[in-house]
Amino acid sequence: MTDGQSAAGASEDTKPPAWVKSERQLRREAELRGRARRSVSVATASTIVVVVALVVGITSSPGWPRVRETFLSPEAFVAALPDVLRGFVLNIEMFLIAEVFILVVGLLVAVVRGLRSPVFFPLRALAVLYTDVFRGIPTILLIYLVGFGIPALQLQGTPSDPVTLGIIALVLSYGAYVAEVFRAGIESVHPSQRAAARSLALSHGQTMRHVVLPQAVRRVIPPLLNDFVSLQKDTALVSVLGPLEALRQAQIHVASSFNYTPYLVAALLFIALTVPMARFTDHLAARAARRRTGGGTA
Amino acid sequence: MSLLKIEDVWKHYHGLSVLRGIDLEVAPHEVVCLIGASGSGKSTLLRCVNLLETIDDGAIHLDGTEITDVRADPDDVRRRIGMVFQAYNLFPHMTVLDNITLAPRKVHGVRPEEAEARARELLDRFGLAGKAGEYPDRLSGGQQQRVAVIRAVATDPRLLLLDEVTSALDPTLVTEVLGVIRELKETGMTMILATHEMGFARDIADTVCFLEGGVLLESGPPEQIFSAPEHPRTQAFLQRVLEARRM
Repeated sequence: MTDGQSAAGASEDTKPPAWVKSERQLRREAELRGRARRSVSVATASTIVVVVALVVGITSSPGWPRVRETFLSPEAFVAALPDVLRGFVLNIEMFLIAEVFILVVGLLVAVVRGLRSPVFFPLRALAVLYTDVFRGIPTILLIYLVGFGIPALQLQGTPSDPVTLGIIALVLSYGAYVAEVFRAGIESVHPSQRAAARSLALSHGQTMRHVVLPQAVRRVIPPLLNDFVSLQKDTALVSVLGPLEALRQAQIHVASSFNYTPYLVAALLFIALTVPMARFTDHLAARAARRRTGGGTA
Repeated sequence: MSLLKIEDVWKHYHGLSVLRGIDLEVAPHEVVCLIGASGSGKSTLLRCVNLLETIDDGAIHLDGTEITDVRADPDDVRRRIGMVFQAYNLFPHMTVLDNITLAPRKVHGVRPEEAEARARELLDRFGLAGKAGEYPDRLSGGQQQRVAVIRAVATDPRLLLLDEVTSALDPTLVTEVLGVIRELKETGMTMILATHEMGFARDIADTVCFLEGGVLLESGPPEQIFSAPEHPRTQAFLQRVLEARRM
């Protein structure tokens, strides 16, 4: 009863034939190479045509000289860059802090929604209410409500710093989204996995912790990263509360110079941050897809 | 005294009766094979014994206590019963070793070193010595199912339920899994198997039960069921199986 018993024996006396590429296969491969070359040339040509058409179309529009002056001024770009960059560091800080809390809130809410015991009914109801309410409120509105509402309560110990308030608003808003992402992940784990765990006498909590969540979290990493790309941009919304982040700094420069180039500076910085994240998400999703199709059935 | 006693068990799904008053007793060290067409209720009966399904009437007793009592703790019952599924249901994110030692460590409070030693001993005995560190999707179906059997017996259950454990395997891999089950019988494990392997059932069973439409139509020693079935439905079923094999 050892492994590979059935495979052994056959290899001893009958050697399998060695492979020499046939004439037919060589012709087939040559044809495929030719096709690949043609595809590359067609793609290059069509890209050039589209880019030229866009550039010509935009630069020949009647308002172009003015747009170039107010949005693409090199002097204004250089003048605004240091301040906007300094502000952008604050965006990154807000993003990093918010992200951690969002993950905690999201996971907690998702797990609470899956609790069965009647003792937890109020918690479960609260979790449902939370996701319903905070997914429904536009993020910018929530930032206003939290940013001006909490300090107005004048309670002892409530934060009044706009950055903290902005982070709280972002966590509340994104926590609701991320909770739903986690919940979808939890529900995507096949019921047979739960049955197997329960048949081993693992409790509901143990099943969740050791069997369901590890598989669920792995599955939702790509959609989570997608939400975080969105969060990186939405840190700019906190500017309405006044902290000197990238968008605010750009606004200040615009207000003093009447040139809109600082907005472009801010936009480029956000792109520089989100593009690598988006590519990383694509990479993870592609890898997961390869595993599903190429690897085992699990 | 019987180890397991199933008394007039009924189970309905969406108004359809899947089990209609099943009575069955299993003695310690007895091997019971449930045979019958797909949908006859074999799997449902096993899932009811493991409390993965709640029954709609009747009672199931394990070691003299009623496990279908609504006040009974299902986890306490499942601690004493092992189960192996048709689709293996190994945990894909854990190594073979972690799959096997999870329940001993987390449920039975066995020390990690002890659980690991026991798991390695079982892997060794069932011809999987080198596979402890592998992930399930790197193993063949037969190897995965053998791991699933080891996982189910690693906690020394009183009773082992096997739900069509060879149905997902290609014929060359079936024998290696059946070998494991045969070895478990020699150690005195009490087992209930739902199976389509008639030859194996005949060989290993102490009692064979024929189910159809949720009714236990006939049961007895394998020689009697396979050679001289009394019930015409049993005769018809075995006839069909025989014809299928000839093709």
